[in-house]
Amino acid sequence: MFTRGLKRKCVGHEEDMEGALAGLKTVSSYSLQRQSLLDMSLVKLQLCHMLVEPNLCRSVLIANTVRQIQEEMTQDGTWRSVTPQEAGRAPLDRLVSTEILCRSAWEQEGARPAPGLGDGHVQGPVSDLCPVTSAQAPRHPQSGIWELDGPREDRGGFHKSLDQIFETLETKNPGCMEELFSDVDSPYYDLDTVLTGMVGGARPGPCEGLEGLAPATPGPSSSCKSDLGELDHVVEILVET
Amino acid sequence: RLAEAANAGPVGGVERDASVRGDSPSASTHTPPRARAPRLSPGALPRAPGSTPCDQRPGILAPRPPSAPGAAPRAPHPRSGRSLLGAPPRPPARAGSRARRRRRRSGRRARPPAAARRTPVAVAACGAAHGPAAGLASPRAPAPRPPPRARAHAPLLFCQLTAPPPRPAAPAADQGSWCLCQLNGAADLEVSEADIISTVEFNHTGELLATGDKGGRVVIFQREPESKNAPHSQGEYDVYSTFQSHEPEFDYLKSLEIEEKINKIKWLPQQNAAHSLLSTNDKTIKLWKITERDKRPEGYNLKDEEGKLKDLSTVTSLQVPVLKPMDLMVEVSPRRIFANGHTYHINSISVNSDCETYMSADDLRINLWHLAITDRSFNIVDIKPANMEDLTEVITASEFHPHHCNLFVYSSSKGSLRLCDMRAAALCDKHSKLFEEPEDPSNRSFFSEIISSVSDVKFSHSGRYMLTRDYLTVKVWDLNMEARPIETYQVHDYLRSKLCSLYENDCIFDKFECAWNGSDSVIMTGAYNNFFRMFDRNTKRDVTLEASRESSKPRAVLKPRRVCVGGKRRRDDISVDSLDFTKKILHTAWHPAENIIAIAATNNLYIFQDKVNSEMH
Repeated sequence: MFTRGLKRKCVGHEEDMEGALAGLKTVSSYSLQRQSLLDMSLVKLQLCHMLVEPNLCRSVLIANTVRQIQEEMTQDGTWRSVTPQEAGRAPLDRLVSTEILCRSAWEQEGARPAPGLGDGHVQGPVSDLCPVTSAQAPRHPQSGIWELDGPREDRGGFHKSLDQIFETLETKNPGCMEELFSDVDSPYYDLDTVLTGMVGGARPGPCEGLEGLAPATPGPSSSCKSDLGELDHVVEILVET
Repeated sequence: RLAEAANAGPVGGVERDASVRGDSPSASTHTPPRARAPRLSPGALPRAPGSTPCDQRPGILAPRPPSAPGAAPRAPHPRSGRSLLGAPPRPPARAGSRARRRRRRSGRRARPPAAARRTPVAVAACGAAHGPAAGLASPRAPAPRPPPRARAHAPLLFCQLTAPPPRPAAPAADQGSWCLCQLNGAADLEVSEADIISTVEFNHTGELLATGDKGGRVVIFQREPESKNAPHSQGEYDVYSTFQSHEPEFDYLKSLEIEEKINKIKWLPQQNAAHSLLSTNDKTIKLWKITERDKRPEGYNLKDEEGKLKDLSTVTSLQVPVLKPMDLMVEVSPRRIFANGHTYHINSISVNSDCETYMSADDLRINLWHLAITDRSFNIVDIKPANMEDLTEVITASEFHPHHCNLFVYSSSKGSLRLCDMRAAALCDKHSKLFEEPEDPSNRSFFSEIISSVSDVKFSHSGRYMLTRDYLTVKVWDLNMEARPIETYQVHDYLRSKLCSLYENDCIFDKFECAWNGSDSVIMTGAYNNFFRMFDRNTKRDVTLEASRESSKPRAVLKPRRVCVGGKRRRDDISVDSLDFTKKILHTAWHPAENIIAIAATNNLYIFQDKVNSEMH
């Protein structure tokens, strides 16, 4: 039951520790499995085929799985927030952030960025968060939820955190107990940072209202850059039409 | 094997040449020799221009030549009918192919005579469950047959399996005695992705069998009428027509490619001499009309035989053109193109019993079309939430009731079925009946929802029952009972402990289809490792059979297979871990009246027949 390399503290406490550690091990192995399932699902959601639209049914099922895992984690109390800015945040917000995360996968169904939009176009799994072109609106009135500036601002942070998640996925190996716990901690942290970034930046607007014009409300991270971004967007619309 | 399946992703891009459709004369310069090897005997009739001899069955799915380098995204091919931009249609090319019947009648056979191929079926002993007629019949010792004539083309290319020396009768199969009737498809190990069959459908009489593939092609097989020479041998399915139904398109607004893969084919009930079918890819539905031409007019006054205008000075008398017989030609033309009706991917189409309307369902919406009107469709179901964030459920399949033209059912990714009545409202957002089975709490896992997603729903021929397929089971529902299905059959319950791996390699998202037999007494569905399962609802017996070249010798009864999950392992059993998850049977079809089934295994089409029990019970 003990993993190799774990020192026994003393004979007297052995049994207690055995029981406790065994219990912890099963618990943590379950939560480890759950965590790896969560990571796997997030990776699946983000991976997209660049040329062909991803399967909406599959995306929805994976997103539901992710939501289910996160709900369970919230109930368990293992869904901890570590960053100070999250101190006063209700758990619901975190669930909402998951929605946004999962939504990105099927936002592609209704909305796809025009190629070459903007300078800071980061390639990779984050590219699906790119903003919508307005010209699609007549056919897909539900698109245009994604703002231009918000996601773009935070994309860098998001991308970085996802990388960290991928790293932990690779380097994770069941070693000694401490290692297990330390590994368990970091992905949560990263996920939180990731989702915080998302929530801070994005501001979903009403679907029908948007006819393709740039949204009026820039995120809290508005700056010159976002204004330029809006300008780009408007120019895009004019050019397309 | 599970890990292998994870790595076996789709093969790279599809190759094709936009100008080649495999039927035009120019095609002969492009397609590789094996697809074009002449199989006509020396005395055969010459080929009419623009047609291909029906003899030539290049594994039905001839490999397509590579596209020109640097090909830009293509607009719809002119021959596919009306272009999306609304340009006037060019005259449709004749996707002609020659039926075999005429040539047979003329006595010039281009392939080994049927007698050489068909050894008398060694009648296997059947269980008593199959009626009083079944009994132990002693196997006849078949007479020695001449070896089949050597073929001109490459040996790997299969067209018709010729019978090996006959074997003695095999022990009785529990569920009838299914034999391989024919196998169409290339035997290559390298399967081009365009050749993967994506749908199989018999027409209402069972005379025609249509298959669609990932390359957008449709191949129609026609059953030969039983010949008088061999009354015991039933007709086999020969290629009747091959045509390109859909082309890949590029959605410039979304910067996405629209696949040409044929998702579904549905036959229209035959109303005149022509046959019609609907075929659909992700976005566009097309109505194809298949006609035969076996006469042509001759003796025009103004035109000569080649069609050139005659010099009027040479016309000295008038004649009435007469119709002369010609070689049978099958012509396929697109009659309607129903485009721009769907934002999401179309997963099913269903023709209404009124024969005037049909519906098409995508992930979030269902549209009702009139077969004659292409520029309008009515939205009858819309489950798209106002906020896409709230999306948790999608439509996975739908079908009209076989008799009541106002009823239809659609299934969802959460495992529920909704029966809707179009008389109630124009937009059937409120279901008339909701069929949902409460979840089994003991089996609950993170994958419960995924495996409960219904991948196919089929009404029984009687209209009283519905058949649904989710990942691990098939269920029979009574329309009168919404609380739970009346029957549940485990297809491959041994996978329940492997769900995590199957989730990882995406196999858990595979959409299997299911089928009823003509009398609604047996249901069939596919599984992995090229296995397919049949469940007899009356005897409660089931059987697992395999569709593979190695295990299906023609005329030999298929041996039931078994997957062992530990415990006692019999010889010939397969263990769960050695199942090949890349070999999945997603598409199956059952002849509406006889015990003939069509199984699509990747790029191969198997047709099995239960000769012993050719009538259904």
